[in-house]
Amino acid sequence: MRQDDLYINKIDWISIAIYAVLVIIGWINIYAAVYDEQSIKSIFDFSINSGKQLVWIGTAVLLITVIMVADYRLFENLALILYGFFIILLIITPFIGKEVNGQILSVGFGNFRIQPAEFAKFATALALAKVMERPIFDLGQIKYQIQAIAVIMVPVILIMLQPDTGTAMVYFAFFIMLYREGMPQWYYVLGLSFVAITLLSLGIENNLYLAIAVGVIILILILLGKKKIPRILSLIGIGILIVGYSYSIDYVVSKLPEHQQNRIMVLFNPNLDPLGVGWNVTQSKIAIGSGGFFGKGYLEGTQTKFDFVPEQHTDFIFCTLGEEFGWLGSFVVIGLFCALLIRLVMLAERQKNRFSRIYGYCVISILLFHFMINIAMTVGLFPVVGIPLPFFSYGGSSLWSFTILLFIFIKLDSHRIQLLSRIG
Amino acid sequence: MNEQRPITIIIIIIIIGAVLLTKLFLIQVVDDSFLKKAESNAIQRVVDHPYRGLVYDRTGKILVYNYPIFDLMVIPREFQVGDTTRFCEIFKISKEYLVETYTAAKKYSSVKPSPLIKQISTTDFARIQDFLIDYPGLFVMTRSVRSYPQQSAANALGYIGEISSNQLEKDSSKYYKQGDYVGLSGIEGYYENELRGVKGVKYKLVNVRGVDKGSFKDGEFDTASVAGKNLVSTIDLELQQYGEMLMAGKRGSVVAIEPKTGEVLAMISAPTYDPNLLTGALFGNNYMELNRDESKPLFNRPIMAMYPPGSIFKIVQSLVGLQMGVLTPNTTYSCNRSLVACHNHPSPVNLFGAIRNSCNPYYHQAYRAMINREVSSNTFKDTELGLNTWRESVLKFGLGSPLGIDMKNEKGGSIPSSVLYDKKYGEGRWKYSTIYSLSIGQGEMLVTPLQMANLAAIFANKGYYYPPHMIKAIDGDPNKIPEEFRTRKDVGVDAHHFDMIQDAMAEAIYGTAARAAIPDITIAGKTGTAQNPQGEDHSVFIAFAPKENPQIAIAVYVENAGWGGRAAASTASLMIEKYIRREVKRLALEEYVLVGKFM
Repeated sequence: MRQDDLYINKIDWISIAIYAVLVIIGWINIYAAVYDEQSIKSIFDFSINSGKQLVWIGTAVLLITVIMVADYRLFENLALILYGFFIILLIITPFIGKEVNGQILSVGFGNFRIQPAEFAKFATALALAKVMERPIFDLGQIKYQIQAIAVIMVPVILIMLQPDTGTAMVYFAFFIMLYREGMPQWYYVLGLSFVAITLLSLGIENNLYLAIAVGVIILILILLGKKKIPRILSLIGIGILIVGYSYSIDYVVSKLPEHQQNRIMVLFNPNLDPLGVGWNVTQSKIAIGSGGFFGKGYLEGTQTKFDFVPEQHTDFIFCTLGEEFGWLGSFVVIGLFCALLIRLVMLAERQKNRFSRIYGYCVISILLFHFMINIAMTVGLFPVVGIPLPFFSYGGSSLWSFTILLFIFIKLDSHRIQLLSRIG
Repeated sequence: MNEQRPITIIIIIIIIGAVLLTKLFLIQVVDDSFLKKAESNAIQRVVDHPYRGLVYDRTGKILVYNYPIFDLMVIPREFQVGDTTRFCEIFKISKEYLVETYTAAKKYSSVKPSPLIKQISTTDFARIQDFLIDYPGLFVMTRSVRSYPQQSAANALGYIGEISSNQLEKDSSKYYKQGDYVGLSGIEGYYENELRGVKGVKYKLVNVRGVDKGSFKDGEFDTASVAGKNLVSTIDLELQQYGEMLMAGKRGSVVAIEPKTGEVLAMISAPTYDPNLLTGALFGNNYMELNRDESKPLFNRPIMAMYPPGSIFKIVQSLVGLQMGVLTPNTTYSCNRSLVACHNHPSPVNLFGAIRNSCNPYYHQAYRAMINREVSSNTFKDTELGLNTWRESVLKFGLGSPLGIDMKNEKGGSIPSSVLYDKKYGEGRWKYSTIYSLSIGQGEMLVTPLQMANLAAIFANKGYYYPPHMIKAIDGDPNKIPEEFRTRKDVGVDAHHFDMIQDAMAEAIYGTAARAAIPDITIAGKTGTAQNPQGEDHSVFIAFAPKENPQIAIAVYVENAGWGGRAAASTASLMIEKYIRREVKRLALEEYVLVGKFM
């Protein structure tokens, strides 16, 4: 047998190595986040979160082993069953789950609890891949677009009902995958403009300035282009739509529940409420910002040691890294994430079968989205949304679901030769 | 057309990474306002530990208070020693000690404080205070430790110690943190919630060097600590200390109760220890030593030691028999020594005579009449039913389960039911001849000294008791003590049955415990002997006095002192004299008790 034929050589060790490094850096940072100088405990102490995380990491390794020795066809065959299972679990969670802060997110027995919304991500990814792998499936046609979006929206609606807006938002990341698979480009142009106008109208204190700016741009476009009546009318129409929308968005925001309203407004002006909603962002920025280029040194952070930033070891774990390891540390971690994502794009593109490629892009979409939103939130570029940093944040559900998500793809990739090409 | 899209996605990934890194570069490297904010703005959460409540005795003497101690702390990065020799002279430490401790502190952290000299006394503190200003990086941290100025009632007061990880996990209120002190035994343990007070929190602004920059937002978020509640104990310190003196060099217990209220006047566990051993820095070592001590000074005998009640139980038997109607004052049995051994006394005897002479065969026969009531023709079944009915009556005397005293780790003793004998001999395979030892308080029956003292109180009260307790007021308010200690419990025996019993107990003093008699105070008492298979029997005596208007009920156990009339009765008698007269005149008897050593 030639060396190349060994299964072990078909596994993409580059992604696994990056994964391992991220998990370990995360674990070290969780220890720093819960580190209490008043009572020093070992990083392995099971009574603190770093010790518990080690248990999650250990079980994640077990999950990886199971995935890697399982039959590679299993995931394709189980795709719809798993999807159905988690949909049912999401439906019954409000009835059998445990209520925490008005949200019912987890189900389980005793201390063993999982959040179905976390695991539904990889099930949805598998289902999308299964639905879209059919040769006739063409995202250029409305019918198939609706099919794909329906698969995404069912869990989204159920998660919104829990209500867990942050996690539900993550599912919109699948549009990155849909983009690769041929969703018409103008959808994205439209969508992004929509987001941009929303942000602008929220960010600019007086919408009159926005209206004037839009008016000027429309005027220039009219003057520069062909002066035909329909074109002029449609440009004016678009201008009115944009201005009207920007005024209505302020109105809509004022109707939102107060905590959501605050989260949005604080993004544009953290000083609005420095001790309330702005507290997280302000403290998080002070912590990261005070890290400087080289950081303060491991366990020497002064900002992250107090209980002021909630979810210090979960959603705001990046603060600890930024404070204690500085810009250099941030550079390494962000670099690792980008490297992993780019590597996964390369893997996805070398798949000979559509199922694996679509699934691969689903993984990329979710990881990219989490990575972007989480870090953007800690540095004040995005409203505070409670979503974890993949592989980094403390918590079993999150680590397990990202591990499963990633390693199913690594498994599929390792069998890319066996998986027959059904479409190019 | 889709072929370019992967490239687009890679570009998007790179752009996102670049945007995040640029933003990070701006706030971390370019903009140094965050660093300044962090330096000026680090908010430290300082827990303000409340003073633990004090404990007084019933006459207002202090039993437990807090004593301040000072730790000299060092922050290695800021510390400048200058002239080492001078430093060592001022702080009275050796150069080696300084180097060693400083190196350890530096190894732990260069920016966080570590103790340099622990537990500096108040006088030393006053002396070094003026020098502190010359040494940057040094400051003094004040802590308080428990102090027991009377060096008495160690087991009753209990001790405090660092919370265990087990307790921390069970603490659902999340009040405690690692390193907190909690009451672990005795009153300290039982009244932990009252004594501990409420922790306060102060938010301080400090710079990175830990220099205080004042309170955060003018203390808007600070909460003040609330000192623990002070307790008034039911203990009579003078009586307690007198009892401890009498019991010195012996093993055993003395429990004295005020019958009308259930207030514990004295609770002596011998041998005892100085409660101050279990405070401060030497807690660990001293605890180990006390724990290893063969005489078990940490074992709180009055509530944890269990013995068979012996002859004293005959009084309970008499009362149960009278209430059941099986016995009357005129019921007569012969002293038939073929049934069970007895000593020389006139025979036959009526109930009065049986108590006075502690006649074993009388109770063997009387108990059979209580148990085998011929409810069932099957003698095994009949015994089972009889035993369980009888047991119900006995449990009402506060036996068989803990009395619920306000101390940790109280044992309940045991009064056997049919379940125990079924397990031991098999169902339907035991009858009266199997269980007759119970008639004279032997066999599968155990009581604690506290339960015995409570029995004396029941006899004194003619049929009721208040659960014995150690605390009579919380924060000066007697109504704040737990409800159950203010709830009268009746034993279900009519008061008139007690008249004859009290007379017999008063007579019995002259029969079996003549030494216990006190001129002009009528004592009603009963001797007992707790059998000890390991050696000499334990001497037991219970009593109450004065008979006409009982002020004190007492139980005394002296281990390995032989028959109850000797050591225990004398001790009880002296305690009664001390409590009622406030001084002891019978110095010869006192001398007799003091020289007795039974260890």
